[in-house]
Amino acid sequence: MIDYLTNRDFLLMVLRLVIVFGGLMGAFAYLSLVERRVMAFVQMRPGPNRVGPFGLLQPIADGLKFLFKEQIRPTGANAWLYLAAPLISLVPALLSFSVIPFGPALQVTDLNVALLVVFAVGSLSVYGIVIGGWASNSKYPLIASMRSSAQMISYELSLTLSVVGVLMIGNTLSLVKLVQSQEGLWLGFIPRWNIFLQPVAFVIYIIAATAETNRLPFDLAESEQELVSGWHTEYSGMKFAIYMLAEYANLIAVSCIATILFFGGWNGPSFGPDWMVMILPTIWFVMKISVFVFFYVLMRSTVPRVRYDQLMRFGWKLMLPVALANILITSLLVALS
Amino acid sequence: MIEALFFLFAAMAVGAAINVLVQKHVLYSALSLIVLLVSMSGLFILLNADFLAVINVIVYAGAIMVLFVFVIMLLNLPEDEDGADRMRWLKFLGIPMGLFLLFMILATLWNAGADAGVQAQMPGSPEAIGRSLFTDYLLPFEVTSLLILIALMGAVVFAKKEL
Repeated sequence: MIDYLTNRDFLLMVLRLVIVFGGLMGAFAYLSLVERRVMAFVQMRPGPNRVGPFGLLQPIADGLKFLFKEQIRPTGANAWLYLAAPLISLVPALLSFSVIPFGPALQVTDLNVALLVVFAVGSLSVYGIVIGGWASNSKYPLIASMRSSAQMISYELSLTLSVVGVLMIGNTLSLVKLVQSQEGLWLGFIPRWNIFLQPVAFVIYIIAATAETNRLPFDLAESEQELVSGWHTEYSGMKFAIYMLAEYANLIAVSCIATILFFGGWNGPSFGPDWMVMILPTIWFVMKISVFVFFYVLMRSTVPRVRYDQLMRFGWKLMLPVALANILITSLLVALS
Repeated sequence: MIEALFFLFAAMAVGAAINVLVQKHVLYSALSLIVLLVSMSGLFILLNADFLAVINVIVYAGAIMVLFVFVIMLLNLPEDEDGADRMRWLKFLGIPMGLFLLFMILATLWNAGADAGVQAQMPGSPEAIGRSLFTDYLLPFEVTSLLILIALMGAVVFAKKEL
């Protein structure tokens, strides 16, 4: 036991875990503030700006309020599943960060099937919604979980198929190797990012990821106007907070994957003294993720929700054939070159 | 450590499998089946078959079981629907079938007991699986895809009577 605790590799691992998950937890908390403030600016109102300078202490106030809220359980709800559902949605969402490389040295663990691991745990996250909606013993959450499961099946296919072209070009399933394959420049000024090789795949990925994370214009599982608040209508206090946490975790996870697959991951200009060379890749990576997150927040405040049949038709009749055609053309070009 | 994990996942798998059978409500059975599939993936990882484990979760736990759960919720099956009375003869068919399956598993285990160490060394990388699927096992692979195609066409025929 003592050997373990003084082992250098073990301590480094613990340090990485603390940095990655500590940083992420802070990011989730402040993402709620960013989302509310940015949406407020788009809609020309000030947003939450009372607690601390620019409302910067708002997440802490929210957290305290969540802690002291009354814990309610609806009558006739299945006690075990009702309690387990928020955790079932949080654990897969956090698990995907264990393989995401935030920098050359800042990664919890590297697997040779890392990308598939992210998709596998992402596909499990729907159960948190489905079980929560079922266990609440209430009409609106049940409708929400049905919608969510149908939506998930339809869009997961396009999501997974859209990245196959990138994998064929990179010739690997490891996220680190995918990032390394995008190092360098074309013609001296264009970065070797996959977005220039796979623009169609990128568009499909972004649309499918929006549906996967249940955000506008595909947030039919949550749609406030019809379903009160969707699957977490009957949840309050900390359990509701865990659902929100899982939602933000999923949002950041899909942004990370989009950055790694299409925008070169941590690659970027590197300069300055040694400590800056070490820290710069992570800064580039975080900046690229922030762009995606900002894009998703802007989209939420500008785009109207689609109808359910439109969503299904779009997923099966447009996204899936385009994703398949993209794979065909890419594999032809890869085979020829 | 590995042994402890093996027994943890094995116990979870067996417990979930039993729970699939004893639960009255079909949704709880489906949820137990998901637990079973995930713990099976854990066992695959212990055998160094990472790729298989991940694919198992993506295909079965992440896609097929979502479909199951969706259909169960859509039909909103009542609890404790006992269709067993109409299917009484199935019980008599089930016992010999179960014994036959047990015999097959025991026979396989008996034969595999000798070279269990070699099995654990087998590479489970995507390349190795792809290579063996498209060389040694090409015929079974193609036959399986044909079978799935037939099933798909059957589903379309059932769903749309007048094509």
